[in-house]
Amino acid sequence: MSLWVDKYRPTSLQKLDFHLSQAQHLRNLVNQGDFPHLLFYGPSGAGKKTRIMALLRELYGQGVERLRMEQMTFTTPSNKKVDIMTVASNYHIEVNPSDAGIHDRIVVMELIKNSAQTHQLDTSGQREFKVILLTEVDRLSKDAQHALRRTMEKYVATCRIILCANSISQVIPAIKSRCLAIRVPAPSHQQIVAVLQNVCKKEGLSLPSELAEKIAQKSDRNVRRAILMCETCKVQQYPFTPDQNVMEPDWQIYLRETAKIILSEQSPKKLMDVRKRLYELLTHGIPTDIIFKGLLTELGKSCDMALKTKVAELAAKFEHQMHNGSKVIFHLEAFVASFMSLYLHYLEDSVGSSEPFLTLWGQHRRAEAVGAGASAVDASKDTKEAVTCRRPNACRPPPRAAMGKTHSWLNHGLCR
Amino acid sequence: MNATENGKCSRPRIWNLLSMQAFLKTGKISKDDAPKPTASTSGKEKAPKKPTPWVEKYRPRTVDDVVEQKEIVSVLKQCMAGADLPHLLFYGPPGTGKTSTIIAAARQLFGDMFRERILELNASDDRGIQIIRDKVKRFAQLTASNVRPDGKPCPPFKIIILDEADSMTHAAQAALRRTIEKETKTTRFCLICNYVSCIIPPLTSRCSKFRFKPLGEGMVRTRLEMICKEEKVQCEPEALKMVVETSGGDLRRAITTFQSCARLKAGEPITNQDVLEVTGIVPDEFINEIIESCKSNNYKEIENCVEKVMLEAYSASQILEQLHDQVVRSDVTNDMAKSLVAEKMAICNHRLQEGSSEFVQLIDLCCSMASIFQLHPFC
Ligand SMILES: Nc1ncnc2c1ncn2[C@@H]1O[C@H](COP(=O)(O)OP(=O)(O)O)[C@@H](O)[C@H]1O
Ligand SMILES: Nc1ncnc2c1ncn2[C@@H]1O[C@H](COP(=O)(O)OP(=O)(O)O)[C@@H](O)[C@H]1O
Ligand SMILES: [Mg+2]
Repeated sequence: MSLWVDKYRPTSLQKLDFHLSQAQHLRNLVNQGDFPHLLFYGPSGAGKKTRIMALLRELYGQGVERLRMEQMTFTTPSNKKVDIMTVASNYHIEVNPSDAGIHDRIVVMELIKNSAQTHQLDTSGQREFKVILLTEVDRLSKDAQHALRRTMEKYVATCRIILCANSISQVIPAIKSRCLAIRVPAPSHQQIVAVLQNVCKKEGLSLPSELAEKIAQKSDRNVRRAILMCETCKVQQYPFTPDQNVMEPDWQIYLRETAKIILSEQSPKKLMDVRKRLYELLTHGIPTDIIFKGLLTELGKSCDMALKTKVAELAAKFEHQMHNGSKVIFHLEAFVASFMSLYLHYLEDSVGSSEPFLTLWGQHRRAEAVGAGASAVDASKDTKEAVTCRRPNACRPPPRAAMGKTHSWLNHGLCR
Repeated sequence: MNATENGKCSRPRIWNLLSMQAFLKTGKISKDDAPKPTASTSGKEKAPKKPTPWVEKYRPRTVDDVVEQKEIVSVLKQCMAGADLPHLLFYGPPGTGKTSTIIAAARQLFGDMFRERILELNASDDRGIQIIRDKVKRFAQLTASNVRPDGKPCPPFKIIILDEADSMTHAAQAALRRTIEKETKTTRFCLICNYVSCIIPPLTSRCSKFRFKPLGEGMVRTRLEMICKEEKVQCEPEALKMVVETSGGDLRRAITTFQSCARLKAGEPITNQDVLEVTGIVPDEFINEIIESCKSNNYKEIENCVEKVMLEAYSASQILEQLHDQVVRSDVTNDMAKSLVAEKMAICNHRLQEGSSEFVQLIDLCCSMASIFQLHPFC
């Protein structure tokens, strides 16, 4: 039995539930026979992947839905083998190049060259080109992006590239200028309510509008999350009641509690506790930007405007530093430590003793030093557990699996 | 359809026909994908017209078609009249005609055999030191006569085009130094890059440098209007103006934007809204809302506002650019505040470039703007 998110994923452009005029535009595009490279971007759970698959189906018919997983092997110039999972149909191939880490350039180049040259569609196929779908291109290295530039022009006759990203700030202008960029905004609350009602209707359930509204509010305008929450509600209690409890993803609760702990006491001991919790989040694959964002939002709630500004500044600083370091945990910890000292200082201004602050300041300095020189720090007992980074100068959590995206961290805990 | 359809095989006919279509089909000319001789059989002329990207379709065919870059055009024309050609280094922002110019020139110089006479290597090709040593050397050592098959004279050299040379490693560039000197008799090099600073000085000093300027708005407009007529696209004048303004002198970008709109609309007139959508420009109301939230100095408002633009999927770097325009060019605040804001924006932009989280960086920027605005109240 599949999850609702998969079961009721619209498969054709006509059946998409929102951004209808965009869907119409995409159909126009297909009908013209001619087709540029595309770049879809929008927040997670906005329906990008759904839209892309619907587009492919419009292009090639039902054949694109017969998917197979394949392992491909590429050889780097230094003779290292890179294995990568792909999902393919007869007409397209999907890859998440960031799975290849620093070797993403070679994967992208080889993939395009291969499919542009070897590929032979059956004569009944109505298109002369095959589609290469690259996901999470905002994590593609600059090197790989540079290499894509001319390749995109060179093989345009036999393959089209569809890029999918959460944000295009990381995509170099040369690539943007070679693609038709399609912005997929997160659906509004009303649109999410409509999707939920739709899903429930198909399941033969009646969903009170108050509950639908409540779920939409808690979903952060993420359809995937909304549908998952709705399904969890069903599991917990049916018939639905308007005031029934809507479970948030457990990582979200966990993150909020972590923030509470930070606010409850500012001491080296608490810092250690927090550190453990941060590890926990990281090992469950929660992306660091979500952690920073969550902490910033929650911590900000108990500060005045001046302090909030400072906290935002700290978050921005450490979040950035993290991308140049190699161990994300150091920078997260450094942020927490700096916050603690700042917050203590703030509290003391109203109370007036500086002794605990000094201890913490030491702690903070240490963490900061560690943060700054993170790459140089060697194996303490917990570095082994630390989320190591695959790229020397970009610290990111492990990639989400290409196909299992729906089953990834967003619903982690919801479907357990 | 078969592989020959990609058009790389209609080469021998191109200069006879010189038709638009034939030209299109040979848009890509790098050495590697030169056709196998067997592929170019007859009968392909009747193949139905295939839609092509307009950037390829309207790529200049002769150096005279290249607009705005007078210096280099005159040098190339002298060469066509028999003068010698120096090694070239083209630099300038994207979409200003660098690649098109040298390729058009090669076509004019060598006619039918231009494929044999040029070697185009770009960043997508593997360009380690070894490749430079081997490929370039091998090609450079082929002899080049000074007559064309059709009897007309042509320069007795070959051209090696190193496109996107700024992404070549310094070691590879260094290896190129010797090669350039050694092969000068039979080969001219043309290096193309966006930033001349990415090329090592020993190389730049061996070449004549030509800067490609961003095209003027008038020029971009004329080209677009020409395409508009040619393709029978309906476009509201306001929308056309917007495409021109947003291109920033990058003709490739302008043409692509324009074609994207036309494709999405499938015959309906192009409106301002479509251009906004395709270029990813943030509508003014969002930008104003951000500025208002900063003025209010209310964190909740700032947070809501940033959250909202992020969910609308606007890119932080675009927001930054437009915020910058709005704040720094407006007269609502004093110079001191402007410079403080600009400084913060620079930091923010740098961090975004390095992959920082858009949300966190924007919140930081907005909070700073809020406190700057507090210290320097609006007049
Ligand atoms: N237009 C839509 N109408 C109804 N449900 C949708 C629509 N778009 C997406 N969904 C639902 O949301 C889920 C997540 O969408 P997805 O395309 O994977 O998001 P993204 O790729 O943007 O993260 C899908 O599994 C599907 O159930
Ligand atoms: N100076 C110019 N004159 C005419 N067309 C131009 C000019 N510059 C750019 N273009 C147009 O822009 C497209 C891209 O130009 P290209 O030479 O590839 O740019 P670059 O190599 O400088 O990035 C061409 O196909 C052409 O249509
Ligand atoms: Mg170029």
